[in-house]
Amino acid sequence: MDRMIFLAMSAARQTMNGQAQAANNLANANTTGFKADFDAYRAMPLFGAGHPTRVFALAERPGVDFSTGTIEMTGNDLDVALNGEGFIAVQAPDGSEVYTRAGEFRIDANGQLLTMDGLPVLGNGGPIALPPSQAVVIGTDGTISTRPIGQEANTLAQIDRLRLVRPLDLAQVVKGADGLFRQKDGTPMPIDAAVTVTQGALERSNVNPVGEMITMIENARQYEMAVKAMDTAQTLDAEGARVLRL
Amino acid sequence: MASALHIARSGLDAQQTRMSVVANNLANVSTTGYKKGRPSFEDLLYETVNQPGANSSQNTELPSGLMLGTGVRTVATAKVFTQGTLVQTDSSLDMAIEGRGFFQVLMPDGSTAYTRDGSFSMNSQGQLVTASGYQLDPAITVPAETLSVTLGSDGTVSALVAGSAQPTQIGTVQLTDFINPQGLQAIGQNLYKETVSSGAPQQGTPGLNGLGLLVQGSLEGSNVNVVEELVNMIETQRSYEMNSKAIQTVDEMLQFVTQTL
Repeated sequence: MDRMIFLAMSAARQTMNGQAQAANNLANANTTGFKADFDAYRAMPLFGAGHPTRVFALAERPGVDFSTGTIEMTGNDLDVALNGEGFIAVQAPDGSEVYTRAGEFRIDANGQLLTMDGLPVLGNGGPIALPPSQAVVIGTDGTISTRPIGQEANTLAQIDRLRLVRPLDLAQVVKGADGLFRQKDGTPMPIDAAVTVTQGALERSNVNPVGEMITMIENARQYEMAVKAMDTAQTLDAEGARVLRL
Repeated sequence: MASALHIARSGLDAQQTRMSVVANNLANVSTTGYKKGRPSFEDLLYETVNQPGANSSQNTELPSGLMLGTGVRTVATAKVFTQGTLVQTDSSLDMAIEGRGFFQVLMPDGSTAYTRDGSFSMNSQGQLVTASGYQLDPAITVPAETLSVTLGSDGTVSALVAGSAQPTQIGTVQLTDFINPQGLQAIGQNLYKETVSSGAPQQGTPGLNGLGLLVQGSLEGSNVNVVEELVNMIETQRSYEMNSKAIQTVDEMLQFVTQTL
């Protein structure tokens, strides 16, 4: 069979991967702190005998769009949004330090500060635990103070400070399979005093739904062209077989 | 089949859940003591199609791999325990909590439940019961021929009985607090149950140890913000439409294959 059909098939398959990428971005258009994935294709030449014609396509996720999402005011004491660059450090189940921009926290029965899916939030002194408190105040630099239950309003106790970090190079930050961020070489990001937060607000997803829809239309047309090429290859082959039958 | 279809389906599921929460909040906009729910979403695990950093030859490596997300899921629908507005009712058995705390009620099966709905009334024995007929715990019995009932902000209940010049104290309303009220399980009828995540109940006198004060003749309204819910609803609807559009696009691609080849 002609090689052309395999080239066209690779194009169609990779375009379908791109479509999954766009669908994932769209599905997460309302996920707190979600960062959109970019998609790209790369030429993978595979030259054999004869003319160098075989160049396959390879879909890639070259990186993550780190632009800031819309900030929504929620008024909830345990919601924080990062102002500008930076990440909040949380502890992964394996004990390592990972990073997120979703500052939607809760506490458990022991007062431990957790993310919505149960990862402990890290402070300067390890995981943060809050005493039973009437009010929780998180300052712009991440300092957490609480008014312990039954105490006067003038007895705010400083508990800990959110570990706010900023990577030296955003290009070295990758999204893991769990959707959390890490540095490529596995080293922790340095703490940066210039990273600030706003209490009572959440950062929404930074997905641009219209852009994703257009990507999907573009992918769909490209896919149709690849399938059309497969169709042409089939016709050529059939014609060739017919000539031989004469 | 195409994974894009399932990814977009997870988006539809999530928006559907969000719509249910919004609809429930709107339906309870005038429910006494109702606390609004809030769904929170998270991206699902990523599927590594091409490993980033894998060697493309002995000396070179792929600069970026292909990791496809697999959609979105709802992790939690948390209750937001902010104070609702106090509504004056002038009924002497209505109580509102201003601040932290829950009324403790005795369920028919002997277990305990907690509520912020203070619209109490009397049963045939003169005991204070919720609108569903569940007894307030500790029980308060209003004697027969009572002219008026007075509730102090610290929970002291006194009754003026006919023929007596001075009101007599008939009991105190206690409040219960939890370290993590968000961890309580809502069971309907404005009631909550203790869970492992809420922590143990701590009963106390209103106004002490951080507990709120009681207000007689008032009820706590719902804390649902109608405008916020309507905006959420618009957002949910549009996201739903876009996800269904994604399904349609992938479907058309597959249709093109089956018809062309």
